[in-house]
Amino acid sequence: MAIEDPIEAKETVVRTTEKYKVKIENVNGWYGTKRAIKDINLNVKEKTVTAFIGPSGCGKTTLLRCLNRMHEMTPGAHADGRIMVDGIDIYDKSIDPVIIRRRIGMVFQKPNPFPTMSIFDNVAAGLKLNGLTNKTIIREIVEESLKEAALWDEVKNQLEQPGMSLSGGQQQRLCIARALAMQPEVLLMDEPTSSLDPIGSSKIEELVRILKDSVTIIIVTHNMQQAGRVSDFTAFMYLGDLIEYGTTNQIFMKPEKELTERYISGKFG
Amino acid sequence: MTMNNNKKYRDILLETVDKKYRKRMFVNKLVTIFTIICVIAAIVPLTSILIEVVKNGISAISYDFLTQPQGSIGSGSGGIAPAIQGTFIVVGLAAAIGTPVGLLTGIYLSEFAQEGKFSNSVRFFNDVLTGLPSIVIGIVGYVLIVLALGSFSVLAGALSLSIIMIPIVVRVTEETLKVVPYSLREAGHSLGLSKAKITLFIVLPAAKDGILTGIVVAISRIAGETAPLIMTILGTSLFFTGITGPVDALPLRIWRLASQPYESAHAFGWGSALVLILMILALSMGLRLLVQKRSLRPVT
Amino acid sequence: MVGLVAFSVAKGSTDIFSKEGFNFITQSNWDAVEGRESFGAFPYIIGTLLSAGIAMLIGVPISLGIAIFISEIAPPRIGTPLAFLSELLAAVPSIIYGLWALFVFRFWVRDLVEKPLYDAFHVFPIFDKTPFGLDIFTAGVVLAIMIIPIVSSICREVMKVVPHSQREAAYSLGATRWETVRMAVFPYVKSGLVGASMLGLGRAVGETILVTMIIGNVIGPNAIPTSVFSQGQTLASLIANEFNEASSDLHLSALIALGAILLVLTMGINIAARIMVKKKVKVQSGAKSQ
Repeated sequence: MAIEDPIEAKETVVRTTEKYKVKIENVNGWYGTKRAIKDINLNVKEKTVTAFIGPSGCGKTTLLRCLNRMHEMTPGAHADGRIMVDGIDIYDKSIDPVIIRRRIGMVFQKPNPFPTMSIFDNVAAGLKLNGLTNKTIIREIVEESLKEAALWDEVKNQLEQPGMSLSGGQQQRLCIARALAMQPEVLLMDEPTSSLDPIGSSKIEELVRILKDSVTIIIVTHNMQQAGRVSDFTAFMYLGDLIEYGTTNQIFMKPEKELTERYISGKFG
Repeated sequence: MTMNNNKKYRDILLETVDKKYRKRMFVNKLVTIFTIICVIAAIVPLTSILIEVVKNGISAISYDFLTQPQGSIGSGSGGIAPAIQGTFIVVGLAAAIGTPVGLLTGIYLSEFAQEGKFSNSVRFFNDVLTGLPSIVIGIVGYVLIVLALGSFSVLAGALSLSIIMIPIVVRVTEETLKVVPYSLREAGHSLGLSKAKITLFIVLPAAKDGILTGIVVAISRIAGETAPLIMTILGTSLFFTGITGPVDALPLRIWRLASQPYESAHAFGWGSALVLILMILALSMGLRLLVQKRSLRPVT
Repeated sequence: MVGLVAFSVAKGSTDIFSKEGFNFITQSNWDAVEGRESFGAFPYIIGTLLSAGIAMLIGVPISLGIAIFISEIAPPRIGTPLAFLSELLAAVPSIIYGLWALFVFRFWVRDLVEKPLYDAFHVFPIFDKTPFGLDIFTAGVVLAIMIIPIVSSICREVMKVVPHSQREAAYSLGATRWETVRMAVFPYVKSGLVGASMLGLGRAVGETILVTMIIGNVIGPNAIPTSVFSQGQTLASLIANEFNEASSDLHLSALIALGAILLVLTMGINIAARIMVKKKVKVQSGAKSQ
């Protein structure tokens, strides 16, 4: 439910100030000695959809990957600053990234289901990994996740089929189900529709709109219209800096910075 | 409804996860330690070998050692000169046979052959050949040359070694040539050059470094081979007498020396090993220098 | 030149058939009494299999461990030099391995491994002989060291091909590093790993000079090993030992026949190995078809 009226928007901001799910404070991301994102400050509200937009190379994916500490998996990459999720700094030295990734799920650009596993096993992968053995519960969660990902009806009779036998759009929904099975509180999506056809894409967008009632979603997209369609808040980045951040409505209708305005109107991409 | 279920699942998950967490981290740590142990397990022998060869070999080396033939057995006098000479001759001859054959076959496979049963079977046989035990190749050399000529000979040894060498060169050549971007060949075609000329003047020079490395690797490999020599060159303690006569070589000499019960012989064995390793090292170093010199040249 | 390649393989075999008139003696008999008449290959086949078996048991896990370490755990700074070291191991001529094993390593094995094993387990027949270092066990261990570079480098290559996105998927679910390897990498590379091991097996089976230096060199019915600490003999090592002193044509033929067995064995292993390594390519292209 994108916020239409600017005045109402302001009120919403005031009302939900305490409910920031993710607070990004002074975050820098490095690849070796190259600083890819500079001094980012951003607060994400609970149960909303936030979009990161910007031309390629602006650092939006880097920022996203910092949120579940996947950024540092690239050799030579590291990040500093604080990222608070529910009040806990995920970059604190005492925290093991493995724990973070359990509570913050990720969906990637190209669907990557495990090819040697069936549909059922794919969704259950995270659960089994983390030690869940109760078969009934697993089955329940798998069904629930597939329903949440709007895939259940299509696959409920072929759960044993290999994960790769689905179409591209279905595979992506499978990956979403897999991430959802972990009951994450935040779901990160890295250009989830860029490898899909228009029908598949719109299905995913529909999904995002529904899911935000239960999960906080942050989505990176290079498709501005998509950002306009699905997100409540939008952050525009350029060359590693956060240029502007606000409600989607405000960014698209009344951008404050000139750079934002030029990007929105397609003057560069 | 979904919300309630979610909360329920979340709690279950969190509970299980916390229980299993420590065990999982432990397993992870265990595996990491295991792999590190494996790495150490491989490094230790390597360093030990190098240390031992240098330690024991260096005392044996002297001017005599390098230039004199073997003295009387057990006396500790004399040297291994015939072996050094023999190694040069046999390996050199093998390389002289093996390099062109391997090169041409590799070039053929990569540039001229059509994709089909013939070229596939050639590749297949080539792969098989790379895996053959060297002693079996020695038998082949024995049967083909030694029996035919009636005596152990340099020729037999060189032939056997070249049989070992050729498949390696073929494979390296083909693979290196494959990596040369097609655009180079296209440029040649567009200039109206024949395929042979293109290959010779454009493609080969581009692949030179890789191929050269491969050839040197192959030569290093055969320089150290012992088994085929046992049945082809006999390993006398005399100097070179002719292509159809027997000769000595370093690996063979080392083997013989090691089987003798005398301390002095053992010392000679270590010394020979050191000489062998130095020779092989010199070969690879020489190559590396050559390759580096080339890459300093401006790209034509 | 192409013909030469296939041809030499065939030619080697035809000459062996000059011996084959007596093949009913050679195939799998018990006796290998040198001297007059009967020759049998059986003890040496056992020796070959046993020593290669030990080599695999020890060498494959270690190679796998190294491959995992270099490709998954170590940062490139450490990984590249390690890979290089592994190549160095491969470049050492086997005779030098033999020299080292004969004069240095076998004492290590004897004192650090064989004696304790013997003390602890000599109840079991397999450990039942007093070890003094020159035996099948040591041969197996050194063979293991020899095959490590081959097996680990193929394992590494095969693991490199696994698309990064698979690993990322596993990590994003909160997997530890080992779990990621197990879940995302292994299924892809299973057959490649088997292929790599078989190539190592092929090498272990065919290795001659090293074995003959440290395996103890026995012949005849005694040569059938009764424990890992027995002296033994492999097909390859016997050929090396006796070739130059073969006493009769029959003797010689017998040795060549051993070579034939060895040839068939190795070829079979190598062909199977290559098929396995190639298999993994099919898994990936099959999976990509959308």
